[in-house]
Amino acid sequence: MDFFTHWLTQDLLLILGLGGIAFLLARAARSDRWSRAATRFRADRTGVIALCVVCLYLFIGALETCRVPVGGGATKSMLDFVIGGIPDERSYSAPFSNQILTDTKPQPDPLKSQSHILGTNQLGQDVLVQTLKACRTALIIGGLTSAIYIPLGALFGIFAGYFRRWVDDLIQYIYSTLASIPPILLLVSILFVLGPGLGSISIALGVTGWVGLCRLIRGETMRQSERSYITAARALGQSHWNIISRHLLPNVMHLVLINFVLGFSGIVLSEAILSYLGVGCPVGTASWGVMIDSGRSELSRDPVVWWNLTAATTALFGLVLSLNLLGDSLRKAFDPKRG
Amino acid sequence: MLNYLIRRLLYAVPILLGVIFLTFVLFRVVNTPEHAAINALGPKSSVDARNAWIVNNGRDLPLYKQFATHTIQLATFDFQPSITTKRPMGETFREGVGPSLCVTLPGFILGLCLALVLSLYQVFVRNSAADRTITLICVVMMSLPTMVYIIFGQAVVALGLGWFPVSGFTKGLDAVRFLLLPVAIMAIISLGYDARMFRAVFLEEIAQDYVRTAHAKGLSATRVLSRHVLKNGLIALITLTVGQLPKLIMGTLLIESFFGIPGIGNVMVQGIQTSDEPVVLACAYLGALLYLAALILTDILYAAADPRIRLS
Repeated sequence: MDFFTHWLTQDLLLILGLGGIAFLLARAARSDRWSRAATRFRADRTGVIALCVVCLYLFIGALETCRVPVGGGATKSMLDFVIGGIPDERSYSAPFSNQILTDTKPQPDPLKSQSHILGTNQLGQDVLVQTLKACRTALIIGGLTSAIYIPLGALFGIFAGYFRRWVDDLIQYIYSTLASIPPILLLVSILFVLGPGLGSISIALGVTGWVGLCRLIRGETMRQSERSYITAARALGQSHWNIISRHLLPNVMHLVLINFVLGFSGIVLSEAILSYLGVGCPVGTASWGVMIDSGRSELSRDPVVWWNLTAATTALFGLVLSLNLLGDSLRKAFDPKRG
Repeated sequence: MLNYLIRRLLYAVPILLGVIFLTFVLFRVVNTPEHAAINALGPKSSVDARNAWIVNNGRDLPLYKQFATHTIQLATFDFQPSITTKRPMGETFREGVGPSLCVTLPGFILGLCLALVLSLYQVFVRNSAADRTITLICVVMMSLPTMVYIIFGQAVVALGLGWFPVSGFTKGLDAVRFLLLPVAIMAIISLGYDARMFRAVFLEEIAQDYVRTAHAKGLSATRVLSRHVLKNGLIALITLTVGQLPKLIMGTLLIESFFGIPGIGNVMVQGIQTSDEPVVLACAYLGALLYLAALILTDILYAAADPRIRLS
């Protein structure tokens, strides 16, 4: 696993991931349906704003993922260069306050730095910095999970819908089996085996998450297969591979995109629940789920520590809400009659 | 009918076998015997004790024999006892079902009614400002993590206003005091998602020809909605709601754990947090069984509600 934790690998993977998405979108934009959808989407103000917010989160997450060596074997993320250098305190401190909250009573203790805009957490780390850093966790889990479940779901869906017969039966059997186990327990069972870590969470979420997409693509492929252009392609003697990659895949890709956007928000929410159950992010990772979980004990202490929970919830809510709105706008743009 | 039922049951058997196989692979093959022994006996246990555990539990046998015992154990509900509480799973489940249902059943029904009323209202005033506002509120509600509802409810309504106890559970009628807040939260959590889905179902229904006919013969809009659209929409909703039934029995993980309600959801959370493999295995298997039962029930209800679907 040394290979994956190396800064250069992570930088390259980041560039590869973002570049891949940009490339796919650029290719798709050439087709008629997608360019019409893009025109409709540009007129949808909610969708455009949501897209901007999502891009902002992506940008912050990318800054935190992109690491450069600073000598002595240590690495620093680009985000550290922007907002780094804020010193840690000893424990909690409220936003804009210069007192430290210890277990007994607030001490009139001068902080090392001026004050923290969103206060500090139990370990004395700046909450704003932690909230921004957690974008990376969400981005990585969402990105890796999507990289696993989207190819699985789309390909299985197309195979089942195109080949029918025993291929369809087999794929339906596999996903019926997976879907019958309560999802959270299946996730946890896989995580028991894989151990904690961002990679394991993504694998577990990816392996369990493709069923919905597969059903959707299967149904759509079945409908498309009845259309005359597929019959024509078959009559012309095109290979199965050509029909799938040239004709079917481009015609279901918009469903994949919508599913990707809406699925991303589901993954971010799942991470929060897994962190609460103690099988989420490893200790020491900045994650909204972990922050929300610690909010439980912080609200019941006196004086109440509300800033950690509020910051994490707001950040998570902002991302999930914009993803949901973006997904809805995309659906409307691609399918204006039913949207 | 009986014929159909038998065929439907037979269809569920391979899926159940698949579930058994999947759990076997996860818990018995990928999970090494040594790891399982450490999990059961604790990290401080001696090597001899671990080896004895492996032999006692048949984990040194060839895989096909282990698979046979695994299948028989699950098929006869002969679960291994929990590692942490040492209690048999059957007892744990029997005790947990009651408290779980106390929360989930009223919460589910309340949530369903709220979602139905909200979505019907939206369809009634469709494409107006009110409809768009409610849709936006639903998206906002969907975007909040479950924990936030619970933490907010506990901190503000229970702790701040002092209307309800923060957590706990008792037997008898007195339990209502403890249950009101979790039931309310459960009803609200899925409201955004449900209302949106129901709205889509009803909108699809309202575009049908029979609705135009009903309007054309002079029925009032309210009557068309309540008599025709609601009734036909409910058929589509059967699939969406009956599938939720296993969740009612299995309880809600987060609500039960936050409110200290001794249901099955709580058992699962504790099992997960203490890496109690027998508990997770038993819950996963029972959950799958209930899910398959709910699927069959859905099909039967679907056929009963819609005479166009024939069972043969």
